[in-house]
Amino acid sequence: MKNNGRNNGSKPISPATQLPKCLTGIQGLDEITGGGLPRGRPTLVCGGAGCGKTLLAAEFLVRGAAQFGEPGVFMSFEETEPELQANVASLGFDLAGLIRRKKIVIDYVHVAPHDLHESGEYDLEGLFVRLGHAIDSIGARRVVLDTLEVLFASLHNEAILRAELRRLFRWLKDKGVTAVITAERGRDQLTRHGLEEYVSDCVILLDHRVNDQIATRNLRVTKYRGALHGTNEFPFLIGGEGISVLPITSLGLNHKVSDERIATGIPRLDAMLGGRGFFRGSSILLTGTPGTGKTIISSNFAQAACRRRERVLFFSFEESPNQIIRNMHSIGLRLEPMVKKGLLRFHSARPSLYGLEMHLATMFKEIAAFQPHVVIMDPITSLMDAGTASEGKGMVTRLIDYLKAGQVTSLFTSLTQSGSGPAQPNESAMSSLMDAWLSLQDMEGNGERNRVLYVLKARGMAHSNQIREFLISDHGVDLVDAYIGVSGVLTGSARVQQGALEKAVVLANQQEAATLKREVERKRKALDRQIGDLRSDYEGEALELRRIAEQVGTRTVMLGTDRAASGLLRQADTNKAAASTRVNHKNGKA
Amino acid sequence: MKKNKIRRVIPASAKSPATKPKDKEVMRLFVAGDTAKSRQAVLRVRSLFEAELKNGCELEVIDIHLHPERARINQIVATPTLIMEFHVPERRFIGNLSTAKGVSAGLDLIRKDKTAL
Repeated sequence: MKNNGRNNGSKPISPATQLPKCLTGIQGLDEITGGGLPRGRPTLVCGGAGCGKTLLAAEFLVRGAAQFGEPGVFMSFEETEPELQANVASLGFDLAGLIRRKKIVIDYVHVAPHDLHESGEYDLEGLFVRLGHAIDSIGARRVVLDTLEVLFASLHNEAILRAELRRLFRWLKDKGVTAVITAERGRDQLTRHGLEEYVSDCVILLDHRVNDQIATRNLRVTKYRGALHGTNEFPFLIGGEGISVLPITSLGLNHKVSDERIATGIPRLDAMLGGRGFFRGSSILLTGTPGTGKTIISSNFAQAACRRRERVLFFSFEESPNQIIRNMHSIGLRLEPMVKKGLLRFHSARPSLYGLEMHLATMFKEIAAFQPHVVIMDPITSLMDAGTASEGKGMVTRLIDYLKAGQVTSLFTSLTQSGSGPAQPNESAMSSLMDAWLSLQDMEGNGERNRVLYVLKARGMAHSNQIREFLISDHGVDLVDAYIGVSGVLTGSARVQQGALEKAVVLANQQEAATLKREVERKRKALDRQIGDLRSDYEGEALELRRIAEQVGTRTVMLGTDRAASGLLRQADTNKAAASTRVNHKNGKA
Repeated sequence: MKKNKIRRVIPASAKSPATKPKDKEVMRLFVAGDTAKSRQAVLRVRSLFEAELKNGCELEVIDIHLHPERARINQIVATPTLIMEFHVPERRFIGNLSTAKGVSAGLDLIRKDKTAL
């Protein structure tokens, strides 16, 4: 039998001061009843045909004998010993072995009404003697009576019968055996013949109902004198290992948490989640409208985990494993090698294949067998459709509880209706159970649909509040920043267009600047040229001036010389004057 | 086979007459304890089935308190129970046979069958 972590996860409700209890060993039932059935007292198990009454009783007995060292007597009014053995053998109980080892006695009580004549008074001492003999022969501590009501069909004196049944239950209590009495469900009362009148300590109601063509079994403890017990209806199922009741309350929210972060396989997504991805053991919800790439993100996540040499269990409720592998191959994700290496396992089942609780049990079984690090459910919504909304939520709760107890990271995808309206009740209900919530949406516009991704919540980590465009190409997926500007959020070709537009503007600006620069340059050059002209003008004029000045000087000298020459010619005393001045100069100097 | 088994037990419950030819018809009366009720039942059977008993039919009285395993083998639920195994199908009477109605109906059936044979 698998060791279910759930049993260890929570303590029975009942403290030791209450009446002593008798463990049934049935998964989940001991938790609901806070430690089992009332010890030394009879318990009534009632339900309609095919509810699993006999099986519950048989499991109680077999587990008692095999696990708790309490031998038991099975008094069967309906099935013969070989029939009973065959029935419970299908659930993996070795009844024959237990009988051989004197742990269990089966006594088939056959009362054929047709050749029976009643006359006068009688009692059921025969039954008492048989039961007493069987109990004493193996020292039985547990007794099952399945189904006493057959007596009502065979024996007609109801007054005697009722008196004797009352005596029987009293006698069972005096014997100190823990008894399970099964009874057919009545129309207005718990049992068809009002057996609940005699068995007042504990009553368990089994129920088998069909919702939308899918059958679900439910168990409810309607009465448990002197003890706290779960009063809700709990789904239960009959699997390969007997009955398992699935209490929601199996886990008191006291599971360990991990600080370890694991990558999503999409670097940009990791970056949005504080740079390091999700917490190990967290539950992640991935909601999205059809075709937004939920399975792709899931597959990426799976691939990333497999690359870390972790085991991944992929529950697919819409696609077959091969289909997923093929589809992911088209975007460059190769899952097949992971499957071959035994790191990735697919489990595909149609949601309508069986009831929710059976799905849950199958999942538990798969998880227990494969021991994955990561579990992916794609999509959880189609599974939830297999039951009512509350059943669905209950199932997800149980699943998350179970996974968290084992530190398994879980990714649930959820299909939402088109339109990016507010969260639907379905996902809102689920989201409270989830640690992280990614939302994939379609953005329609510009004649196209584009995928975008938000991180709606990520408990315990800083995360980006921004929108990212989610691109799928041959090389896998990538996230790019969506364009956010005055005209809103742009994605896809609009984003590209906007980018081009911006580029054009920049280019134009650049060109304008270049033109301006050239113009200035030209002006500067013109200026320089002008300056050069002016300078050369000036230089020309200055040269002219110098030339003129020289000319003037020469002329003056020449003029003087000419005058002297003409004076000489005219015998003027200028020479003398000039000579005397020269003499004067000489004298003066001397 | 079941019959053989039972026949082997018969000498142990030594209330039946010692002389007993083969293929003798046997009536078995199962009672619980040596009580007044039990004795009354034995007497009642003896008087009701006087004719049969005279005709060589045996009456075996079994106290299930002394032989609890017999209760299981013979599928006894109520006491007292009178079983006529020789009749096919087997006839059973339960109760102390105090009310004639149930008994006579059963007896009529048995006797009619016998005469028919």
